Amino acid sequence: MADPGGGAVYNGTPHNQSAADCHGGNCWKNGVVKESQQNGNSNFYRPIVESFEEAPLHVMVFTYLGYGIGTLFGYLRDFLRNSGIEKCNAAVEREEQKDFVPLYQNFENFYIRNIYMRIRDNWNRPICSAPGAVFDVMERVTDDYNWTFRFTGRIIKDVINMGSYNFLGLAAKYDESMRTVKEVIETYGLGVGSTRQEMGTLDKHKELEDLVAKFLNVEAAMVFGMGFATNSMNIPALVGKGCLILSDELNHASLVLGARLSGATIRIFKHNNVQSLEKLLRDAVIYGQPRTRRAWRKILILVEGIYSMEGSIVHLPDIVALKKKYKAYLYMDEAHSIGSVGPTGRGVVEFFGLDPRDIDVYMGTFTKSFGAAGGYIAGRKDLVDYLRTHSHSAAYGTSMSPPVAEQIIRVMKLIMGLDGTTEGLQRVQQLAKNTRYFRQRLSKMGFIVYGNEESPVVPLLLYMPAKVAAFARHLLNRKIGVVVVGFPATPLAEARARFCVSAAHTQEMLDTVLEALDEMGDLLNLKYSRNRKSARPELYDEMSFELED
Amino acid sequence: MATVAEQWVLVEMVQALYEAPAYHLILEGILILWIIRLLFSKTYKLQERSDLTLKEKEELIEEWQPEPLVPPVSKDHPALNYNIVSGPPSHNIVVNGKECINFASFNFLGLLDNPRLKAAALASLKKYGVGTCGPRGFYGTFDVHLDLEDRLAKFMKTEEAIIYSYGFATIASAIPAYSKRGDIVFVDKAACFAIQKGLQASRSDIKVFNHNDMDDLERLLKEQEIEDQKNPRKARVTRRFIIVEGLYMNTGTVCPLPELIDDIDLISANMENSLASIGGFCCGRSFVIDHQRLSGQGYCFSASLPPLLAAAAIEALNIMEENPGIFAVLKEKCKRIHKALQGIPGLKVVGESISPALHLQLEETTGCRERDVKLLQEIVTQCMDRGIALTQARYLEKEEKYLPPPSIRVVVTVEQTEEDLEKAASTISEVAQTVLL
Repeated sequence: MADPGGGAVYNGTPHNQSAADCHGGNCWKNGVVKESQQNGNSNFYRPIVESFEEAPLHVMVFTYLGYGIGTLFGYLRDFLRNSGIEKCNAAVEREEQKDFVPLYQNFENFYIRNIYMRIRDNWNRPICSAPGAVFDVMERVTDDYNWTFRFTGRIIKDVINMGSYNFLGLAAKYDESMRTVKEVIETYGLGVGSTRQEMGTLDKHKELEDLVAKFLNVEAAMVFGMGFATNSMNIPALVGKGCLILSDELNHASLVLGARLSGATIRIFKHNNVQSLEKLLRDAVIYGQPRTRRAWRKILILVEGIYSMEGSIVHLPDIVALKKKYKAYLYMDEAHSIGSVGPTGRGVVEFFGLDPRDIDVYMGTFTKSFGAAGGYIAGRKDLVDYLRTHSHSAAYGTSMSPPVAEQIIRVMKLIMGLDGTTEGLQRVQQLAKNTRYFRQRLSKMGFIVYGNEESPVVPLLLYMPAKVAAFARHLLNRKIGVVVVGFPATPLAEARARFCVSAAHTQEMLDTVLEALDEMGDLLNLKYSRNRKSARPELYDEMSFELED
Repeated sequence: MATVAEQWVLVEMVQALYEAPAYHLILEGILILWIIRLLFSKTYKLQERSDLTLKEKEELIEEWQPEPLVPPVSKDHPALNYNIVSGPPSHNIVVNGKECINFASFNFLGLLDNPRLKAAALASLKKYGVGTCGPRGFYGTFDVHLDLEDRLAKFMKTEEAIIYSYGFATIASAIPAYSKRGDIVFVDKAACFAIQKGLQASRSDIKVFNHNDMDDLERLLKEQEIEDQKNPRKARVTRRFIIVEGLYMNTGTVCPLPELIDDIDLISANMENSLASIGGFCCGRSFVIDHQRLSGQGYCFSASLPPLLAAAAIEALNIMEENPGIFAVLKEKCKRIHKALQGIPGLKVVGESISPALHLQLEETTGCRERDVKLLQEIVTQCMDRGIALTQARYLEKEEKYLPPPSIRVVVTVEQTEEDLEKAASTISEVAQTVLL
């Protein structure tokens, strides 16, 4: 049974019982890992079910082989280009600067020139409509193997959008519900021309901040013009030299940049791995700073709500228990999870049924579920007051544009039900339903899908670079737009396609996509999963029986 | 056969022992004893980590008290209570309930409430909605963005342009995309905070030269040349960059470009001031700009600019191209206000006569920055009571490398009339007299 360890803990314990042992051991590697329910907490109602199945060996071999062949050909082509046998299509330095030190190192561009260039038509695809459930993609062709593109002028209409972060389906072209945004453009204009601390705080910003605080059930909130900048400009304001940052392995570039700019010491713990985090915390508190052995001024844990490349949801109850025991502060980036998980769309805190006061710093963006732009930081009033005076963005960055703020206000009121309808709640529930359906069907078909079964971000593993390209191109021909990601956003051998389920997707759209994926899977031989699971596997999974004693 | 051979070897060995000199034997003996001792002694670790018992560790964990997450902020911190603007921040602005003439927002060309921009944004809203729901690489590239980049490249007469969704992030992402650890950057002392953050993110060597002082820059360059000659191999892989601002926000001066260089590789600019939109852009030759599409952090890892803001920026460019006379008008107004603000007792004007963003600093500082800030705030508040909206230039005092002295920011826009300028000058003059004397 669980051993509470030191001190009273609100939710669960730092060490799960026997399920914890399997994290380092064999059962993590293959198949589904189940964590049993937390003890002593009646709020927590469902287990965390996530899977990160490993690919069969031959797949990894072929993947590396593919990269190897690509590299060899890359060297060959580079040689041909340098010796003038082949025409070089890339832009070159100016004549006068040829004897300067080269601007780009040859090696860092090798991958871009030789591997990325072959398949780069799958990225930066321009669209010409709102990024809703269906959108219009501009057709572009290349005459010289992706070095340059030209637009044919044709538009591929009604492509099913599985790539945009449109979780609640609110990114759509104008309709009457956006009337207030139109009015705000007409009265307020677009730009602000000043920073928050000077002349850039409009009454709209104050209204928005009060609403965000109410939405998240915290004391106060502050909004910023750009989500990326929210992280990179506020983490340095919170921690500095002599502080410790414990950051998840797979944190977003903005969190990493913010941590680096702060000047604090950074230590990385394994992705979503509570044991790894606990070990780091213990070492930090007991042994203090390296060499001087002074105590750390403070410890900040950086996690995300949903990790966008893995589709995993943070193991929040465990981390909150840890942070209470070791008196660390928790900074949670809910860029993907705000508005998209939780029974009423309030994010992972609601998803796990925790007390909102447990998280010290809430951070999120408005780009994904709210169909706008910008970010926020929320929490206690003294935190927000401090950020109003010391945040880099408040002093030097322009404030959010008024119509964008109005869009967020309108959407938040919709989700909270303040506009008098239940449309917001319906959308959140529709998203949850779509997510479960999509994920279950994909696993049943036999694809390797990463992440938590409730997460609307669905990564489907492709592994081989050539399949990545074939997958995206074939699907575009069938009028389905998908996002594929490879190195360096993911590990070299784990290229994947990432679907974003939306509440705006109807059953027919999802079925069309699933059918196409089924055929793709057979055509490209992508069904690597060795567990052809049924719809409800957890209770009958053989592994969990062995661990129960 | 084998045993005979062994015995023979043994005999040889014993003989050798007898024949060896004494010191040799003693030395060998000592060595053998030493080896035996080492083999049997206990191993030890460099750091006595196993020293603490579990109980002691738990005690340490119990005892440790971190600092509070944020230090308390006093209620009258100068930057805590924001000015709240009701309605648009245009020429006639309502600040904290008072109607004033706006001398604080960077609305140089008066485009913030231009109806054409609003119409363009509305058209875009109708077609695209508000957000783009994705970064540029993942279906976040709209035809509006491509149009805007084309137009900007043409306007600035360069090959290519790249847009960012936030002005601060533009230069802060561009610098680390090119300059890495080990490279050398020569930067002006009065560079703005965004440049400082970009430099910090790049981890390069930074060499600062005095503001607008070309001789100082030359001195640094010569020093670097000498360094290079000492270590030519390192010099061959170290890139060198010079970063200057066109019009320095902190001092209102223009950099002496002709003395500096014949041709510029990268121009980075902000669409949040004259273009009355949001965001920023970089332009230059394709060879240089294209690199940022994969390595500019604020470009790759952030959602793209909302299309309605991009459409507004395009319309602003249209307006700028249609009446180029507007720039001469702005220049005239700048010169006029610069002249009108001279001679205010107690305040000096910092900035060139053609700069639309000026600073008014105290002629004689009281010696303490806090008191200076209080005095200037008093002037600003009284000016606002009389209908002139001004603001102090805000800095993060602990974060800036070369903190500029406290000042009042004065912004000139084309919408300000003669009377406005006169009124502003006289109001500031009166208030300054009452406060500072």
